[in-house]
Amino acid sequence: MVTIKELPKEEYLLKGHAACAGCGPSIALRLLFKALGNKIILVVPACCTTVIQGPYPFTAFAVPLQNMLFEATGAAASGIAAALRLRGLEDITVVGWAGDGGTVDIGIQALSGAAERGANFIYICYDNEAYGNTGLQRSGATPYGAWTTTTPTGKKERKKNMPFIMAAHRIPYVATACPSYPIDFINKLRKAKELKGTKYIHVLTPCPTGWRYDTSKTVEIGRLAVQTGMWALYEIENGKFRLNPPSDRLIDKSKRKPVKEYLSMQERFRHLTEGDIEKIQKWVDEDWEYYKALASLERCF
Amino acid sequence: MARIVIDTANHIAGYAAKAARVKVVAAYPITPQTTVVEKVAEFVESGEMDAEYIRVESEHSAMAACIGAAAAGVRTFTATSAHGLALMHEALHWASGARLPIVMVVVNRAMGAPWSIWPDFSDSLSQRDTGWLQFYCADNQEVFDTIIQAYRICEDEKVFLPAMVCLEGFILSHTYMPVKIPDQEDIDAFLPPYKSGWTLDVDNPATHANLVSPEWYMEFRYKIQEAMENAKRLISEIDEEYGRCFGFQYGGLIEKYQCEDADLIICAMGTMGAEAKIAVDNLRKEGLKVGVARVRVFRPFPKEEIRKLAERARMIVTVDRHISFGMEGFLATEVKASIYHMEDRPLVAGFIAGLGGRDVTFKTIEGIARKALKWLQKGRVDEETTWIDLRE
Repeated sequence: MVTIKELPKEEYLLKGHAACAGCGPSIALRLLFKALGNKIILVVPACCTTVIQGPYPFTAFAVPLQNMLFEATGAAASGIAAALRLRGLEDITVVGWAGDGGTVDIGIQALSGAAERGANFIYICYDNEAYGNTGLQRSGATPYGAWTTTTPTGKKERKKNMPFIMAAHRIPYVATACPSYPIDFINKLRKAKELKGTKYIHVLTPCPTGWRYDTSKTVEIGRLAVQTGMWALYEIENGKFRLNPPSDRLIDKSKRKPVKEYLSMQERFRHLTEGDIEKIQKWVDEDWEYYKALASLERCF
Repeated sequence: MARIVIDTANHIAGYAAKAARVKVVAAYPITPQTTVVEKVAEFVESGEMDAEYIRVESEHSAMAACIGAAAAGVRTFTATSAHGLALMHEALHWASGARLPIVMVVVNRAMGAPWSIWPDFSDSLSQRDTGWLQFYCADNQEVFDTIIQAYRICEDEKVFLPAMVCLEGFILSHTYMPVKIPDQEDIDAFLPPYKSGWTLDVDNPATHANLVSPEWYMEFRYKIQEAMENAKRLISEIDEEYGRCFGFQYGGLIEKYQCEDADLIICAMGTMGAEAKIAVDNLRKEGLKVGVARVRVFRPFPKEEIRKLAERARMIVTVDRHISFGMEGFLATEVKASIYHMEDRPLVAGFIAGLGGRDVTFKTIEGIARKALKWLQKGRVDEETTWIDLRE
């Protein structure tokens, strides 16, 4: 387990990148490089990172980066991993870095195919719960009730549970993370790096532009997502489900903050009624009953 | 010693992928292509091919995986047909835009709806503008030879573009013919190890294909156009070199047959071009001066060679296994466009034939030629586009 002090000083996300102020994904990106170093090849589909990297002939990335078609990250990463194996360069880590739309919607087929084949790469879905790059449209990862430009009265459906979908592929490693808990995220990335096969990390990355909160509050919002239990930090290693700190201390409902604290900080939830909030609280509580049950199993998948 | 293998064009395409020492194959099954990748799977599993076969979940992923592998520094191969190729469409643009020398076999099949598994060129010709070189083969030997040549051409620094090697479903794909396969060391001497313009490299990190503003985009497109023009020259040179090495030569971009003194030239692609030679032999017995120009390469289009043929010929007929709805067959359009600037242009008439696998025999083509010769006598084409053998 790493500590903040032990993290490398090198920065591979360079100054001058084009992320919005307070961008959650850019914090996660910086941590990604801290965890994995620069012997990595990044595959990036259409997503906010298409903009963050900066336009030709510039780049804000000090690692090789292959931009890719929106729905094709899993497949392109498979091809790169195969080529590296044949060239004897397996010490290089291939990383797919995609947004929630590019993962849970348009990219799910290529990712599912790659995971089923056991292609050797780490796939990270950085989830800002909407199509951020195109101006915030609803995705399959948008939570119930959230305002987006295509759900002007709030989304009527619940968020797709992508980590569990990936776990059902019986891949060696699935984890959730949030850049508000950097050590947890880094440890998970380093663990994933040591494993062969497809590794999936779903990282919740608050987005002030889309979620409508002050740009100074990104880390705080991420913490509240975890503390309220709206977002649980866990890993599923070879089928074994385990909650990670601080989520492992939140099984008891009394330890969790009410979801209202998280929801009320974001204007995207401004229109929610008390009834809506109660419904969301009930769903979160049900999820935690489920986590509790899963944690007691030797293998959940 | 070179050996003779008697096999289908699809299996022969597999032999060619092996001979080219392909490293990554990513493919998805579709009729009538499937036996290409079955053959490749056999070679990989038996260890005859030192390659990885990625059994992707769609053709879109097949092309994306090839893009990834080619970008990471190895020679790639895939094969598809019809709807598979259409599903790849977006990725085809990405491959050429990224200047990756991927070679793909397209086993031509008609597009639905309604479903058809039989051949025409509507699948590959719909991809005309994707920036891929397009070769059309007339027999199994040419399939083998063209795949080997395609890697040499695509991996030339003056080109660095991907290529489709097209062959008609069933007519070639499932038909056995004897094919001469050269010794591996001779192929290795002709085709050096994989070369591309750039590689994903941790020691020399670069961002590939990021956002390009209007200030730069046109230059990227112009470079592709330039590469296509370079390919035109290279295709002929490499065809000659291949002929010297292995004894098979195809006339570069266009295979010409009895064109020297021909009044009428029949212009066709694929097996119809081969069939047209028999028609010409028969018509020549009657003293009719007819020749064949089999367009072997559709992109880059050999407009200079068409012009050269048009200087002597008084009429060109195009036989298209394709229709661009609302216009005509692409071959007709391209031939007419090629000769537009000539002062003394021959007549041109377009014929649509063989869609969805309808048989086009030498007799069909003889009929086309006779009709055209009548128009030539009159000095006027009655029908700009004629659909052959159409039910009333």
